[in-house]
Amino acid sequence: MKAAVITFPGSNCDRDLAVAFERAGAEVARVWHKDAALPAGTDVVAVPGGFSFGDYLRCGAIAARSPVAAAVRAHAERGGYVLGICNGFQVLTEMGLLPGALLRNATLRYVCKALALRVATSDSAFTSGWARGARVTIPIAHHDGNYTIDAEGLARLGAEDRIAFTYVENPNGATADIAGILSANRRVLGMMPHPERMAENPHGGTDGSVLFRSLMGALALA
Amino acid sequence: MKARVHVMLKDGVLDPQGDAVRHALGTLGFEGVQAVRQGKVIELDLAAGDRAAAETEVRAMCEKLLANTVIEKYTVEIA
Repeated sequence: MKAAVITFPGSNCDRDLAVAFERAGAEVARVWHKDAALPAGTDVVAVPGGFSFGDYLRCGAIAARSPVAAAVRAHAERGGYVLGICNGFQVLTEMGLLPGALLRNATLRYVCKALALRVATSDSAFTSGWARGARVTIPIAHHDGNYTIDAEGLARLGAEDRIAFTYVENPNGATADIAGILSANRRVLGMMPHPERMAENPHGGTDGSVLFRSLMGALALA
Repeated sequence: MKARVHVMLKDGVLDPQGDAVRHALGTLGFEGVQAVRQGKVIELDLAAGDRAAAETEVRAMCEKLLANTVIEKYTVEIA
């Protein structure tokens, strides 16, 4: 599996994400936001957490219009895999690759802690390593993770089994406790929690590593 | 030519920041503030000389970048 991890000015989880992919056995390339093309043979693009462009205008808004974003869009349109974590999720919604938007937390507080999630579907390359309904512990660290979508969009996500993760206890006011969602073709995942921060024993747990191993397994079979 | 864009959360989208401002106003003794919505103003200096063309262009900017129309609405003033 070849993973391309993107770095924007202000990204700060890019290295951790690259390490998580490497530990799952992936070959990782680092891609700068001004690069107009992804490395040849890229299977999965990873958009990391952080504060791209200082969260100016809106979280993820400027990154979503950067040169590399056009290449990510083309990759997704070809059926390529894309993983957006935290700010990466915000970037993917700003690009329109995923529906809805991430608003300021309802509490107005930045929340940084490990918390319990439910794996809402195991029907994706990202979540196939878990049973549906599995309870996992993965940290969040965000100020703008309040996922919002209109009633029609929410009904569609539910009907198409595209809610990937939900919070056991909602930390940010997100609609329907949503922590992560999938695209219609199930190959684009956006999630606020950070699996790369719960991927090795020294992190306090390894639940997050399941996501990277699942993806690796799915791509090895493809 | 100058343009001013107002961006606001759409009606019905919860605005926790506006709500926090409303609470703070109440704390300061400003009673009777029933709701606060917080938005942003973006001012642009444009090279365009034609008013209609400028408005069309700024609306395109709003759709592509300045507003996230999933959650926000905007108005454009050309001055």
